[in-house]
Amino acid sequence: MSAGEVKHAGLNLGATDEDAHEQAEPDVFGFWIFLMSDAVIFALLFAIYGTMLGATVGGPTAASAYKIGPTFAETLILLTSSFTFGMASIAMKHGATPRVLLGWLAATLILGVAFLGLELHDFATMTGDGAVPMRSGFLSSFFALVPLHGLHVLAGCLWLVVMMVQVPIFGLDARVKINLLRLGLFWHFLDIVWIAIFSVVYLQGLIR
Amino acid sequence: MTDGLWPALLGRFTWNALAFVRAWENPTVNEIIGAGAAMMVVLGAAVVIAIITVTGKWGYLWREWLTSLDHKKIGIMYVVLAFVMLARALAEAVLMRMQQAAAVNAPGFVEPDHFAQLFSTHGSIMIFFMAMPFLTGIINYVTPLQIGARDVAFPLLNSISLWLTGGAAGLMMVSLVIGRFSTGGWSGYPPYTELGFSPDVGPDYWIWAVTLGSIASTLSGLNFAVTLYKMRCPGMTLMRMPLFCWTTLCTSILMIFAMPPLTVATALLALDRYLGFHFFTNDLGGNMMNYANLFWLFGHPEVYILILPAFGVYSEVVSTFSSKELYGYTSLVLATMAIAVLSFTVWVHHFFTMGQSANLNAVFGIATMTIGVPTGVKIYDWIWTMFRGEVRFTVPMLYSLAFMMTFVLGGFTGILLAFPPLDYLVHNTLFLVAHFHNMLIPGLLYGMLAATHYWFPKAFGFRLNEKWGRISFGCWVVGFYLAFMPLYVLGAGGATRRSQAFFEPAFRPWLYVAGVGALILLTALVSLFMQLWVSIRERDDNRVFAGDPWDGRGLEWSTSAPPPEYNYAVIPAVDGRDPFYDGKRDGDVYAAPTTYEDIAVPRNSMVGPATGILGAVLAFGLVWHIWWLALLCLGGIIATVIARSFVRDVERIVPAADVARIEDRWRRMIAAARPISRHHEMTSANQGLAEVTA
Amino acid sequence: MTAPQTDLRRGKRHEIRTYVIGYALALALTGAAFAAVHWPSFAAPTTLSIVFGLALIQMIVHLRCFLHVSLGQSSRDDLLLILFSTLIIVLMVAGTIVIIANLHVRMM
Repeated sequence: MSAGEVKHAGLNLGATDEDAHEQAEPDVFGFWIFLMSDAVIFALLFAIYGTMLGATVGGPTAASAYKIGPTFAETLILLTSSFTFGMASIAMKHGATPRVLLGWLAATLILGVAFLGLELHDFATMTGDGAVPMRSGFLSSFFALVPLHGLHVLAGCLWLVVMMVQVPIFGLDARVKINLLRLGLFWHFLDIVWIAIFSVVYLQGLIR
Repeated sequence: MTDGLWPALLGRFTWNALAFVRAWENPTVNEIIGAGAAMMVVLGAAVVIAIITVTGKWGYLWREWLTSLDHKKIGIMYVVLAFVMLARALAEAVLMRMQQAAAVNAPGFVEPDHFAQLFSTHGSIMIFFMAMPFLTGIINYVTPLQIGARDVAFPLLNSISLWLTGGAAGLMMVSLVIGRFSTGGWSGYPPYTELGFSPDVGPDYWIWAVTLGSIASTLSGLNFAVTLYKMRCPGMTLMRMPLFCWTTLCTSILMIFAMPPLTVATALLALDRYLGFHFFTNDLGGNMMNYANLFWLFGHPEVYILILPAFGVYSEVVSTFSSKELYGYTSLVLATMAIAVLSFTVWVHHFFTMGQSANLNAVFGIATMTIGVPTGVKIYDWIWTMFRGEVRFTVPMLYSLAFMMTFVLGGFTGILLAFPPLDYLVHNTLFLVAHFHNMLIPGLLYGMLAATHYWFPKAFGFRLNEKWGRISFGCWVVGFYLAFMPLYVLGAGGATRRSQAFFEPAFRPWLYVAGVGALILLTALVSLFMQLWVSIRERDDNRVFAGDPWDGRGLEWSTSAPPPEYNYAVIPAVDGRDPFYDGKRDGDVYAAPTTYEDIAVPRNSMVGPATGILGAVLAFGLVWHIWWLALLCLGGIIATVIARSFVRDVERIVPAADVARIEDRWRRMIAAARPISRHHEMTSANQGLAEVTA
Repeated sequence: MTAPQTDLRRGKRHEIRTYVIGYALALALTGAAFAAVHWPSFAAPTTLSIVFGLALIQMIVHLRCFLHVSLGQSSRDDLLLILFSTLIIVLMVAGTIVIIANLHVRMM
């Protein structure tokens, strides 16, 4: 009777697994709330960034430190990883073979790691050019906001690895499915935060 | 900064970090007090460990309490933690009062640096390690019972929150023995708490203790919100929840949204201190006002987190002990929601004097005054609840009455402070100190003490001694007035807060009165411990196993005292607001169900203790720059979380036969018990069964 | 049991389509934002508004297509939570910027 009902954010299992669908409601809602508190943390870091845009103290500015090419590449990579995770969610929900599911998860992981690699390269370049957080308030606020997002992506990648280990071990039992639902929420949330980052931080800094 | 003893292994630890060594090398009264406090921590821990070892209770403690995921046990442990920390912070308060009384044109006996640590620990402990655990504990115990649930939504997360809080409190206690605490107050303002002015371990202790506590509180808020949204029993719509659950819901929402700004503030300060960032430094583009803004974005909703649960308690207590339905339920709900939302709109009133324009200050001043309105609505609702009721002056009711009168006084001073021009005169004077203690003590503390007295029989199966309850109550009230009313006069007369000494002789008599008040407050706390002792000694005379000692109204009173592990053998269904009260008057509310089923309860788990202990040791490693230790603990926490995700066997079944046995025993005792009228409520005739008159 | 199964398969196709549409829209919005900055055609403040506007729209696309949060009745709790969170975030962020800017003007 409640099978068709949408019980929580993100993809709902619905009639494909009614027991897990039932169990998922409080679990996914709780994770959704956690994401809201995380959103507040990011929002405040954005606000701090906004107040410290001018605190360059004669050091590197946004225009000198940011590069549009790598940012565009990172954006496309992360966006595509959101799509691949969406495909993974559908595979999980509609009973695809473990290989298909693992394939989509692996694709997401590869893209996630690629994103992190590019971002680390960016930070290394900035550091080499003297754009370090110890140089100014502006750079401090950049290096709090963007690496925090990166740390979240790192945690997400670790979580992906754990899930890729658990799927062969446990199959798609309720706990594995609910964990994948939550990871999905997390991954898409990180992409939403990245939209804000590339807009407020990089593009704003590069407008001439 | 001096080099460490053995930097690679022990970071920046030196022998001089130990309070005993400092007192040995420089035996002034000041240092001896510090060493004495450290001695109490070490001896206290040793005595507790010795007692548990000698009585052979380690296994019992680990199995029945420390690894338990039962919300009732977790709630009790939170309250125990709160009382221990209350004792320490109250002692610190007495010390400060004695120092100020002695130090008018004289040096006193506590040096400025030590005094600064005292007011910093006093504030930090009272807010983060007394008040928050106290209200979290009461909410933990009561809320699932009130909504007809068997536990909170995330029992393991509940345990993790408890242990993170406990670990952080432990860190606070360690700071008495090893190193020193911050001298920057409970608010930790930079640039004073930056490396340039405070290179020592003090602010780091503060940062990590507060961070652990704030993470724990965010998780608790999340837990309670999901519990209330998703686990109410059939028929219990939101508008049929007890008021205490409504205040819990709003408190939870505040916790979820207000703790993040604190996490950001302390994290950024940590980045400044540990990695040389420039968020709040004086140089290279730092802006200290960003910190103040962040801190009070947290700090204002925080005080509403502290007070809303107390308001919920008063709603329950006033209704029960007026023998009358709560007046104006809808208005109370709306007022609670209004307070919750408005609490996010007033934070600038904590720093009116920092240079904003008059217009900006005015906006926040008006918002601040607005928040008094819903609180006033609540006061009126409680008064109307008592009106034409049959009021019984039990200890919880006495606390409620004292609250109504004293809190309103404090509220008036709040309205005064809300006027920016007036605030300019008394900001950071003892007037402000008097105001917030006037809100917190009669508001939060009386509420929590009332809650303890009210729900103790439910939790432990016997009533608390009423005589000692009254003695304690009397001391709390008299002590409060004597300790804090003079501070209004002093503050208006120009006495600055956080001052180790004064130079105005006219302050002396007021400071003496305040000192006497502090000693009476100490007596109040001691009376509470006496009350506990006497109550335990007399417990067999005061057992209320049937479970309803006060003729209660909510579902929590429909269980035995103490309730079984699973709370309800059959999840109740309700169709109104005071389901148990109505049930008593409508029919056979203790009727046994036709069948019993197996009940699943959460298995114990080591994850809570592991996270809390690893978290505290991680924090200790960060404080002392013992990087290998910090990394090890971080790895340990990550490994614990990942390992737990592989565990599938997380529940234990209580067989239907056991449930039947437990329930039948309870019903046999009800049948054998004599129902009593409210006149005999405080006698040993009260077995927890209420006489139903109509 | 073919009817529920075809329902499920139809549902699956619909879900895949939602993700593909979301991905395509997000790509377009991203491209437009980067293009606006890389090939500047407007005054700086206008470009900034365009970038922020496109970001807001793309966030809604993600919420709708990837996170399935809609205005429908049954996702009400989640939607209310987002709206409340948005309110709090707007209060905190706008408040912070206004206050710090106000202080900056008066104290510099």
